[in-house]
Amino acid sequence: MSYTEKELKKELDNKPYEFGFVTDIESDKAPVGLNEDIVKLISSKKKEPQWLLNYRLKAFQIWKTMKEPDWAHVKYTKPDFQNISYYSAPKKKKELQSLDEVDPELLKTMEKLGISIEEQKKLSGVAVDFVMDSVSVATSFKDKLGELGIVFCSFSEAVQDHPELIKKYMGTVVPYTDNYYAALNSAVFSDVSFCYIPKGVKCPMELSTYFRINESGTGQFERTLLIADESSYVSYLEGCTAPSRDENQLHAAVVELIALDKAEIKYSTVQNWYPGDKNGKGGVYNFVTKRGICGYRSKISWTQVETGSAVTWKYPSCILKGDYSIGEFYSVAVTNNFQQADTGTKMIHIGKNTKSTIISKGISAGKSQNSYRGLVKIGKGAKNSRNFSQCDSLLMTDQCGAHTYPYIECENPTATVEHEATTSKIGEEQLFYCMQRGISEEKAISLIVNGYAKEVLNKLPMEFAVEAQKLLEISLEGSVG
Amino acid sequence: MSDILIEIKDLKCRIDNQNILQGLNLKINKGEVHAIMGPNGSGKSTLSSVLAGNDNYEITKGSITFLGEDITEMSPEERSWKGMFLAFQYPVEIPGVSNINFLRTALNERNKYFGIDSIPAKDFLKMVSEKSMLVGLDNKLKNRSVNEGFSGGEKKRNEIFQMAMLNPKLAILDETDSGLDIDALKIVANGVNKLKSSKNATVVITHYQRLLDYIVPDFVHVLHEGKIIKTGDKSLALELEKKGYDWLKTDAAI
Repeated sequence: MSYTEKELKKELDNKPYEFGFVTDIESDKAPVGLNEDIVKLISSKKKEPQWLLNYRLKAFQIWKTMKEPDWAHVKYTKPDFQNISYYSAPKKKKELQSLDEVDPELLKTMEKLGISIEEQKKLSGVAVDFVMDSVSVATSFKDKLGELGIVFCSFSEAVQDHPELIKKYMGTVVPYTDNYYAALNSAVFSDVSFCYIPKGVKCPMELSTYFRINESGTGQFERTLLIADESSYVSYLEGCTAPSRDENQLHAAVVELIALDKAEIKYSTVQNWYPGDKNGKGGVYNFVTKRGICGYRSKISWTQVETGSAVTWKYPSCILKGDYSIGEFYSVAVTNNFQQADTGTKMIHIGKNTKSTIISKGISAGKSQNSYRGLVKIGKGAKNSRNFSQCDSLLMTDQCGAHTYPYIECENPTATVEHEATTSKIGEEQLFYCMQRGISEEKAISLIVNGYAKEVLNKLPMEFAVEAQKLLEISLEGSVG
Repeated sequence: MSDILIEIKDLKCRIDNQNILQGLNLKINKGEVHAIMGPNGSGKSTLSSVLAGNDNYEITKGSITFLGEDITEMSPEERSWKGMFLAFQYPVEIPGVSNINFLRTALNERNKYFGIDSIPAKDFLKMVSEKSMLVGLDNKLKNRSVNEGFSGGEKKRNEIFQMAMLNPKLAILDETDSGLDIDALKIVANGVNKLKSSKNATVVITHYQRLLDYIVPDFVHVLHEGKIIKTGDKSLALELEKKGYDWLKTDAAI
């Protein structure tokens, strides 16, 4: 007898989430609960200046007055904010001069994740910042980047070393009043990457941050601030994984990108937070605010491959303020089992002759719900602006859902806005055709899905395109019904 | 070794509780060309699907033996690896997957099954250019997504191109002539003829005698209500063209 789909399903059910392990590493964890003292504790742990503490406290006050949003097409039990620890750091943290000083357990963790820093260092020319739970633990290539004047370090370090940049830009793209989770993040944010590319510098390597939630009962609230000064270029990649746990862990990040005149930022995400088990138990709540602002003739390009998380709520956006600036959003979002994703983008055209492109590819399997939500806003002054949006949905079973919520607000008659949408079901006929040619069902699914997502995968940096393809395969194995 | 390529014995199958094939017998030797004709709804396309292993059909009785091995329960891909090929009546589009990537995957999967190394890119591309000449497939189509935006004729040519690449032992052409103009028909038929050898066999399913002028059959079978009710040589096709099927139906009823 041949290998049936049932057997495949059985095998998959027993096949755990690949990154579901826990690293046995001692950590320094704040008591659970959220109040002003916790905010102060986090700030003091990080030896922050008074102005930053004030910023956090203001954000916390605002947050207390806000309500959790419920307009997204997702259903979940609201997190109990008093039952989360807001700070967790691998213990014995000291200034690391070289990799030899990194805790071997930590290195093992990185290797399991396939991001051996040693290797990366030698081979691929990717600078990695590794963030476990709340704290950035290892940043490679710092010296080499330093020669070009590029700053790539943890947020905490940046606060000490470059307070003027942080003070000038933090909260300018995503203010703490922006939304519920951005306010929460602004109050309790822990760590993450800070990056500054000086004028006219083309960053010679991919900058990469790897996020990892390890401790149970913690939330992860990191912040990224990336500033590309005039005529500079940077390509930045973030990857995310978390252990398999029965509880729902909260991840509420804020990412701010600033592309000054003629600068270009390419920001790619491969998100593979733990999605929960096949019955929908556990998994990460991924509530993230990502936004960038473009100056004159600058460009911000978001590329995301979203395969993880139980619930995703995320809209990487561009404010096209400068004339002739360009915003792009390329997304593949895969949901399986009981995952829910409500993701998309906002393109806010303010400057003249601004241009935006949105390509969104949703893939729904199992009993999951996958929504695209996007806003294209053309302001009064955005003369001759152009937008092109394409939102495709692919359904793998008859129990999943695909939804598209496009919003268009156009206040300038010279603008051109185009929207295309398609929905298709992965066809038994397509599968049979492939199988008749000798391509097994599993391989056929990955071929069809990769073909469908090709436009977006092509936008990823080479090294990660392959990884993303594999991730799609793993996420969808045996999912046709 | 025996010359029998495939033997179908008393095959019965159904879909959605409807019986389609109702005791079909057919034996095909290496080197032969068989044509299967018959009125609409007689089970011609079902036969091709069942031979290729489409599991939408439930086989209730009988067996299919291919190269001495019972393949009645075998998966479609394994049948393909062993040398079965179906040229689809309606070739399927696969957006974003290039024609040559598709074929390379197919060949490599087969090689993997037989424990052979995957085909080197250079050899593969050489093979592509050789085989595409056979059916005059436009160069551009090789890099386009599988069948996406192809005209009806291009799709059918692409099927024969794929057949040439996979070099099957048994090729089943399911109404390959439908939707082809006379020039395209000649090209496709010419391609099929060039692939014929003493080691393989071809089953041509068609409504019209015209195709059989170009692909000359050794046997012509008439399928009616899921059974072969008459077998003859190529002259039977000419007779059918003149007289239609009714006279045979009456015979069968008696």
